[in-house]
Amino acid sequence: MTASLSANPASTAAGAAAPLLRFEQLGLAYPTPKGPYPVLENINLEVQSGEFVCVIGHSGCGKSTLLNTVSGFSKPTAGQVLLHGQPIQRPGPDRMVVFQGYALLPWCSAYDNVYLAIDSVKPQLSDREKREIVMEHLELVGLTQAAEKLITQLSGGMKQRVAIARALAIRPEVLILDEPFGALDAITKEELQEELLKIWNTQKCTVLMITHDIDEALFLADRLVMMTNGPAAGIGEVLTIDFPRPRNREDIMEDPRYYELRNSALDFLYNRFAHDDDSK
Amino acid sequence: MSPAPSSGFHLGQWWKRNRKSILPPIFGIGGFLIFWQLSSSLGLTKLSGPLSLWTEERTRELLLYPFFDRGGLDKGLFLHTMSSLSRVALGYSLAAVIGIAVGIAVGLNKGLNRAFDPLFQFLRMVAPLAWVPIALVMFQQNQPAAIFVIFITSIWPILINTAEGVRQIPQDYRNVALVLQMSKKRFFTKILIPSTLPYIFTGLRISIGLAWLAIIAAEIVMPGTPGIGFFIWDANQNGYVSDIVLGVIWIGAIGLILDRLMAWLQTRISSSR
Repeated sequence: MTASLSANPASTAAGAAAPLLRFEQLGLAYPTPKGPYPVLENINLEVQSGEFVCVIGHSGCGKSTLLNTVSGFSKPTAGQVLLHGQPIQRPGPDRMVVFQGYALLPWCSAYDNVYLAIDSVKPQLSDREKREIVMEHLELVGLTQAAEKLITQLSGGMKQRVAIARALAIRPEVLILDEPFGALDAITKEELQEELLKIWNTQKCTVLMITHDIDEALFLADRLVMMTNGPAAGIGEVLTIDFPRPRNREDIMEDPRYYELRNSALDFLYNRFAHDDDSK
Repeated sequence: MSPAPSSGFHLGQWWKRNRKSILPPIFGIGGFLIFWQLSSSLGLTKLSGPLSLWTEERTRELLLYPFFDRGGLDKGLFLHTMSSLSRVALGYSLAAVIGIAVGIAVGLNKGLNRAFDPLFQFLRMVAPLAWVPIALVMFQQNQPAAIFVIFITSIWPILINTAEGVRQIPQDYRNVALVLQMSKKRFFTKILIPSTLPYIFTGLRISIGLAWLAIIAAEIVMPGTPGIGFFIWDANQNGYVSDIVLGVIWIGAIGLILDRLMAWLQTRISSSR
């Protein structure tokens, strides 16, 4: 089995459409006193460069763990994740994360948070270039006015904008977002979704995003990965969402396919893989 | 309205608003002093009452002239206190520098923590006075022994709080450092220090009180040099009870001022984030 697996990446790497990311028979188990507790099992997925992939599933099913194997914070205990055919060893700025709780440094201004990221990742740039990149990305998320404000003085939506600006400023190949809009109000959420799409369109990075919101996934993603329940969660089904881009929320909602996709996602989450709590 | 009644009105307002925080301490402290004076006048205790600060001529002179200096040990209490403070400053600064450095090392390294935490927890329970003979044997000289007693009494809260602060750095910040592949130096200055600072200041505040508490123990080993601790020890040898009372009041007041000063610094630090 291992022999056939190791032969695989070599053959695909030689092909023209080699995937940027490749999960191969990935499994992850936490050690416990009663033996290993399986979180993920038999995950196989290929992600092409420039793709926008959303991951959905019930809480605790291991979505974050799955993306942590890409960012490098978690190590798979079986199989592997390959980036450009190379197994991922540790966290790095080519796979930047927008953390669930923003993870901004509260003793720094918005500007300093973004500057610190660039200064750490690209120390060879001149100070002027670094400053320009910071301001360019703060402008991208509409925070030019608030650049000098301390993080503690910003609203949740503004904090998330700073976190996105920080992530994008270092030009990652893969952008990983862990429920980025979960804590925001509906209007801010829609605004930020549109901004994220716009930026993704211009920067063409690959996006992996965890969400709880089917409509959000249908608006943003090329593909929606739906995960089965843990323990030993896997990929249940992958929906391809091929609405033309650039997307417009109203147009998508009028498309009959929108409801087909939405219903199949709902069916997956609430009938076929209903959470114990949800089925009652 | 004419200004006079309006200002009288304001004073009344002020009194109304603040009397709840002014009257109880006056009654409390006053009541305590009266009780003390009565129990000493009635002979319930040999300790001289608060009025003895005034009635004893020697003590009254010390009370009224804190700045006099007739050379040698014959100095006002302010000058004694300043000598003690400079001694405390030395021991405390040493405790701060070493406490923060070791605290960071122990906080970052689980193995070091497991190795030394039991020792630290044990040593911090040793009373200042118990360190005196040990310090004298270690250093064979009075001055370094006194500094050491202050140092060893005040280092533990700084060390233990700093280590705890380092352990409490949110995982999110560590993850940011990891994903950005920050250098050790950058992690130290941009994340570790700012994140740990409130804990360090909590330790520093607890320790300034302890350092000051250690002053009597420290100065017992320094006969013949000015210092409030030695002043009390000396008064004790001579049986000047009212002098001891006055010295204790000085020590309490200075301790209170030091603590308030650190509390103020602490709120400045925590409000700047």
